[in-house]
Amino acid sequence: MSHPLRDKTAVAGIGQTAYVKSLPDTELSLGVQAIKAALDDAGLTPADVDGLASYTMEQNVEVNVARNLGLGDVTWFAQVGFGGGAGCGVIGQAAMAVATGQANVVVCWRSRKRGGPATRPWAQVGDRVEGTAAFTRPVGLLRPVDEIAMLTRRYLHEYGGSREDLGRVAMAVRAHANRNPLAMMHGKPMTMADYLGARMVSEPLCLFDNCLESDGAVACVVVSAERARDLRQPPAYVHAFGQGLNAQHQTMTNYFRDDPLEGPAWTCARVLWSQAAVTPADVDVAQLYDAFSPLILLSLEGYGFCARGEAPSWTLDGGLELGGRLPVNTSGGGMSEAYVHGFNLINEGVRQIRGTSTAQVPGAQVSFVSSGEGVPTSAVLFTKEPAA
Amino acid sequence: MIEEVPLPNTEDPDAAPFWEHALRGELAVQVCADCHARRNPPRPMCPVCNSLGLRWEVLSGRGRIWSFVVAHPPLLPAFLPVAPYNVVVVEAEEDPTLRFVGNLVAEPGAPINSVEPTTIAIGQEVVVAFERVADDVALPRFVGL
Repeated sequence: MSHPLRDKTAVAGIGQTAYVKSLPDTELSLGVQAIKAALDDAGLTPADVDGLASYTMEQNVEVNVARNLGLGDVTWFAQVGFGGGAGCGVIGQAAMAVATGQANVVVCWRSRKRGGPATRPWAQVGDRVEGTAAFTRPVGLLRPVDEIAMLTRRYLHEYGGSREDLGRVAMAVRAHANRNPLAMMHGKPMTMADYLGARMVSEPLCLFDNCLESDGAVACVVVSAERARDLRQPPAYVHAFGQGLNAQHQTMTNYFRDDPLEGPAWTCARVLWSQAAVTPADVDVAQLYDAFSPLILLSLEGYGFCARGEAPSWTLDGGLELGGRLPVNTSGGGMSEAYVHGFNLINEGVRQIRGTSTAQVPGAQVSFVSSGEGVPTSAVLFTKEPAA
Repeated sequence: MIEEVPLPNTEDPDAAPFWEHALRGELAVQVCADCHARRNPPRPMCPVCNSLGLRWEVLSGRGRIWSFVVAHPPLLPAFLPVAPYNVVVVEAEEDPTLRFVGNLVAEPGAPINSVEPTTIAIGQEVVVAFERVADDVALPRFVGL
């Protein structure tokens, strides 16, 4: 049975800034530069834009984006919450707005400067904390890496995984970054000895299990499928999208539900695959949100690419690398290209459909992208051809 | 960045009784007054039956380590002198889906880096030993049984 959103819209343009540790431009300037680049890529102009979508954590409000780009009348705008879980949801919201006629050309973006240590949210905690954080911060569970390391330790314990499994995840992503001249870790190959020798940040996670800290911005343009076919680039059809917030979930500290290892990805997967004419086995390439390496293992399982507990064995024999059973994060992802809250994963998912990735999966037809597991999340499937 | 350890807002109406029990050395959870389901961390509504009625139940304080981390820099300034230190999640003996976050210490009052990290194990049996760190705050620590 078809789904009302299936293949009705497409990503027609993508754009980005440089990704480096420190850029002189403001987040506003970076954001509008990336949006302009995405419009240029699509062959559209700011005058064509009538919809805007981003993250609730985005600091560039719509009016400033519109005033800088010289947009005309904007008829639809929305934001999606929960940090790194938002990205694919932004695309999905835009797709729904276009499919329902609320807007015709929606730009989606994320602009972020967090290269400097003081810019990181965990460093900005106050002297008195509220809500569930009151039960974690005072005892030293301070950072996202601590919260995910707690789940990782339990995961490795339950399924017999090892640090080497995490190392192979990080090495696969790094190998792809070394094919991408625009990746921050380009020219910096990593061996297992490098990985195991890195300093620990929150045991069992070490430095190379963490994403980069980057300045940069990413944008893309969502239009109707019909319009996309008339534009400059081959369309990446939005075949299906899902969001997920599962029962009794507690953002990042998902220790308070019956089964903490079943995260929001499991809920998101059910709605995503129920819309799709394809299955996980049909996916040619995946961009899996990787603020931390274990999120790739949890996402492989949550989205049904493998069974629960099987993800560590998927890392063997180059399974996650180009030519392997499921190449992941082919531009280098958050760990080795740049950390732009996962939005760079979306543009790479589009490049795979266009055939322009620097780690191109030959003939890729189905490209999967997920946002952050461990927070209320989202995922999208791009296809090269509309389903029959 | 703040210089001191961040502390809980003990005046939060949902959580205040937890912190009052903590000052007495008691690990307490909310119990629904209507369907009797326990819940943690504190919140105003029972997620099982939506009742707003609740009472507090003092647990034994005993449980098992469900998972743990050992934190290294970069950290808030107040934690740098004790790094690397552990943080544990403990599942309560009364109900293993009731979990609490704290630190494993060698003895009550000992610092959060007082246990050699390589000796910590999932499944280890522990009991709560709150440490008073401010007039209104005692934080959950655990000692091995």
